[in-house]
Amino acid sequence: MTDDVSELNFEQALRALEDIVHKLESGEAPLDESIALYERGNTLRALCQQRLDMAKARIEAITLGPDGAPTGTTSFDAG
Amino acid sequence: MSANDPFENADPQVARLLAEERPGDNAQAMSVSELSLALKRTVEDRFGHVRVRGEISGFKRAASGHIYFSLKDENARLDAVMWKGGAARLPFAPEDGLEVVATGKLTTYAGRSNYQIVVESLEVAGEGAMMLLFEKLKARLAAEGLFAPERKKKLPSLPRTIGVVTSPTGAVIRDILHRLADRFPSHVIVWPVLVQGEGAAAQIARAVHGFSAMPHDGPTRRPDLVIVARGGGSIEDLWAFNDEAVVRAVADCTIPIISAVGHETDTTLCDFAADLRAPTPTAAAEIAVPVRSDLLQRVGQFGLRMSNMIRKKVDLAAERLEAQRRLMPRLSDLAAPHQQRTDDLSERLRQSLRTRIGKAEVAFSAPAMMLHPRLLLRRAEQGQQRLDALTRLVSTLHPEAPLKRGFARVTDANGKTIMTRKAAVKAGDVTLRFVDGEVGGHVSGGPAPRISPAKPAKAAINQGNLFDG
Repeated sequence: MTDDVSELNFEQALRALEDIVHKLESGEAPLDESIALYERGNTLRALCQQRLDMAKARIEAITLGPDGAPTGTTSFDAG
Repeated sequence: MSANDPFENADPQVARLLAEERPGDNAQAMSVSELSLALKRTVEDRFGHVRVRGEISGFKRAASGHIYFSLKDENARLDAVMWKGGAARLPFAPEDGLEVVATGKLTTYAGRSNYQIVVESLEVAGEGAMMLLFEKLKARLAAEGLFAPERKKKLPSLPRTIGVVTSPTGAVIRDILHRLADRFPSHVIVWPVLVQGEGAAAQIARAVHGFSAMPHDGPTRRPDLVIVARGGGSIEDLWAFNDEAVVRAVADCTIPIISAVGHETDTTLCDFAADLRAPTPTAAAEIAVPVRSDLLQRVGQFGLRMSNMIRKKVDLAAERLEAQRRLMPRLSDLAAPHQQRTDDLSERLRQSLRTRIGKAEVAFSAPAMMLHPRLLLRRAEQGQQRLDALTRLVSTLHPEAPLKRGFARVTDANGKTIMTRKAAVKAGDVTLRFVDGEVGGHVSGGPAPRISPAKPAKAAINQGNLFDG
């Protein structure tokens, strides 16, 4: 149930987490299912957290060849 | 017209039939070529640099890349040509009806007796004309569906990499980077371009194409959001963003793209083509990424709510279990009725045995009581009495007893008692036993003399009856 989680983007993961929270809060799910839901929710939460924690500024600039075609990137320092 | 006009020397008043050369005549006839050349020199000298304003008409772009058109106003028309190099650098697409100011030089074309302006640069004549151009291009591209709402792509809520097409210098990129850093530090790839002036539009279009064409697995991380940005400026400064190539590049961009060109009041076609228009570059950064701390808080809250819920749920389940557990009878209670029955039965078993024994005892006791030594004693006494009686009897019946009373016993030689006369006769010799001893005798067959009191035979006959008495 949890192995597909890494494929989700942040938004999907957050949405899925939200759904799980609502489902748990509604109290509709049986206990066994709740625990499975909780585990999945925890995985999603960790994923979201990880995505947020990974965020760090990395600024690059495209370098262009003489023909104007991109040749790569260099770190960019806004002047 | 100035003094070096070649037509000045000719005298139109004199009409002659024959043209003849006269000495000293300055007005010698020129060849057409000579005149054309002179004309060319004059025109090119005199109008080597002119600026002329007019409306474009008959616009044509040749396969060679040169462009041909006329400039006209109400009363006049001037042919114009713009060579390939200049034409390629045009910051706008000239079209019929557009009011322009052309800068260039006049030149003549001797072969056709005409003159034209070779345009070095072409500018739109005033903002009104520019707006007209803008509206026309907008209408044309809109008719193509380039700005259609259904073409708009949804922006990612949290882009991992953001491509920015803008000038690498100046406030715009700084504003964007600062705002991104404040909200959500992100991976940004800047594609540096000129944002105004010659070549700007081509660079911008190429940059947008460049991001759009980036492979997903290339060496450079493909952005999942592109921002095309430029600070505020005049309509002319922003004109590159109305360039058809730029507008098409933006519209065709495979990555969701935000246009942030100029101030809020400025509108470019690029804005229409983009998936979203941001009023300013800073606003574009705000639209591009959410606030990280908000998201962190949200994720944290979700986690907390989830933990609370599952804890409550487990607690509740535990309570219910406990309640059920309390309702469950104890094992001992469960066994109690059976235990009771068992006890009862075992008691009854014991009881029944006791009863049975009691009955047996009762049954036994009567015969037992009768079985008494008395019974034996009585018998013994009876026996004793009988024995005594018999003993007494026996004592009276002793065979010698009658001897005391005068009787004698007659025996033969063998000691055997002779009971009969006959036997006595037969024996002949007998022994008479008296109480005080024996005496021999002899029996003859004759009757005994009556004088003798002794009557042994008679005695012998009566001996048997003694025992009866």
